[in-house]
Amino acid sequence: MTGTIGTADAPAPSTSHGERRQNNPNTRARRERRAAYLFLAPNLIGLTTFVAIPMLMSIVLAFFSVDGFGGYTFVGTANFERMVNDPLFLSSLGRTLIYLFVLVPGLFVSGLGLALLVRSQFPLVGLFRTALFAPNVISLVVIALIWKFLLTDDVGFVAKILGRVGITPPSWLGDPSYALATVMVITIWFSMGYYMLIFLAGLQDIPREYYEVASIDGAGPWATFRNVTWPLLKPTSFFILLTSTIAVMTGGLEMLVVLTNGGPANSTTLVIYYVYQQAFVYGEFGYASAIASIMVLILLAWSALLFALTRGGRFTHAD
Amino acid sequence: MPTDTAAGTRSTPTPPAAPRRRLIRRRSHRKKTALFTVVGIISIVTIFPVFWMFTSSFKGADEVLSTNIIPNDPTLSNFDYVFTSVPFARYMFNSFVVSATVTVIALFFHSMAAYALARLRFRGRDTIFIAIFSTLLVTAPVVLVPLFLVVHRLGLLNSYAGLIIPAIFSAFGIFLLRQFYLSIPAELEEAAILDGCGYWMIYRKIILPMSRSIFAALAVLFFLANWNSFLWPLVATTDQDLQVVQLGIASFQDQHSADWNYVLAAALVAAIPTLIVFAFFQRRIVESVKTSGLK
Repeated sequence: MTGTIGTADAPAPSTSHGERRQNNPNTRARRERRAAYLFLAPNLIGLTTFVAIPMLMSIVLAFFSVDGFGGYTFVGTANFERMVNDPLFLSSLGRTLIYLFVLVPGLFVSGLGLALLVRSQFPLVGLFRTALFAPNVISLVVIALIWKFLLTDDVGFVAKILGRVGITPPSWLGDPSYALATVMVITIWFSMGYYMLIFLAGLQDIPREYYEVASIDGAGPWATFRNVTWPLLKPTSFFILLTSTIAVMTGGLEMLVVLTNGGPANSTTLVIYYVYQQAFVYGEFGYASAIASIMVLILLAWSALLFALTRGGRFTHAD
Repeated sequence: MPTDTAAGTRSTPTPPAAPRRRLIRRRSHRKKTALFTVVGIISIVTIFPVFWMFTSSFKGADEVLSTNIIPNDPTLSNFDYVFTSVPFARYMFNSFVVSATVTVIALFFHSMAAYALARLRFRGRDTIFIAIFSTLLVTAPVVLVPLFLVVHRLGLLNSYAGLIIPAIFSAFGIFLLRQFYLSIPAELEEAAILDGCGYWMIYRKIILPMSRSIFAALAVLFFLANWNSFLWPLVATTDQDLQVVQLGIASFQDQHSADWNYVLAAALVAAIPTLIVFAFFQRRIVESVKTSGLK
């Protein structure tokens, strides 16, 4: 491609070919442009209709009250005022922050820890990596059902095994003070393998020489981790912090719908579940959109903070 | 290069004496045994819930809550019940049609866009690319409400089209394919242009055949994601005939909440295609997860 553009810039020789050479690149550029737009058209139309417009709509809808279907009434900032005075929303927001502050570090540490454990070669390591990642390919609905079964009160597998060693377990999903923690443990269980793989790829990109030098210097495992692995892994860490926050904040809704339905006593009603509930259980599309737009704002603020702290994920000091 | 400076400032290391080498080898052997044990235990604990679903779905109603690892009296009757009491085969068929259609169309559309963004020169290319890329931040649950209203307005609720079309468009595949196409050398295309090939022909005859392996990886990811999708079908369909398998097992569980042998059999049937795909395409999945994470 570069070659063709290069000839276009070159002065046209004044031979009989001159005219053709001068015109050709122009028509070619036009044809290329037209082809490009045609190639892009289906995606641009689709992304506009099903991603961009919904995105804009969610902002616009936040200022409307939507009753049933088609009846849109402009209500100004009423939805936002309602939000500030809605104890259920405020508690779901607090819960989501707890959820974030536990799960983002939890996924980071478990993913990195597993990656460090399975990075070297030892018997069956490939099989173990597969086993650790496997829960990730199963749907959240099936995951929710498996755990509902395992954690059944009194007669479930976990209750029976704990009962054998003399522990009477709480009602993991039925007791409001345990349900959110249970959901968090399940989330770590099925997502840690994914973060492990990404960390593993980051670890494998670190040149071996660095470790050889560290070992010649007599650095112990902790010093090696501090001075070699950690700094060189920073781009991966940045990526994981960013994507896990988005995943934790907006994902997992399927599991909540199947596993707890936001309960008991709203103890697992996270913001994303509240949005879903307001829209599709109570038909409050406008209010739901207002809440969703607050979520997007929080995510944007967090991404901006991460980018600012890390200079766009480049960690320029490393250069 | 830090390595160079490090090597330059340090004197060459003396080769370790033979006893020390043996010590190192013994220590590394011990380390491997420890790793094997620790990782082995974590892996078994991790995979256990999946295994437990598997083994429990072959147990009868009176055994399903027991802690027997292997069923005393293994039975296939649970599966029989699942397929006869609800139209489970229909659910699977729906899921298959939706997942396969989305996968094929998405690969086709995404690769077209990726080809244009990677190989063609036109005004606004970078802007379009950034615009497409930025939609990656918008995850489905956040726009679920307005998407529902858009699809409702288009009259696509309760139809295959309503399940399929919105699922096709995502920046993820475009982005990954673009990165791949950027690495293709230009010579082939230049030769084709000299031969008078149009861009469509280049895409068909050069780009598509070269994409085979990345298509396979993406196809696995797309298929799994759509097979496992629950939220969009939940809000976009109410028609029984359009029910996909994830909805099917969720409502099956609602009706049979105490009959765990049936519920687990249904869950296993829904999970088996994903586990098979995973088993066969494990390396590709791992590779595409890694590249999607880092590039």
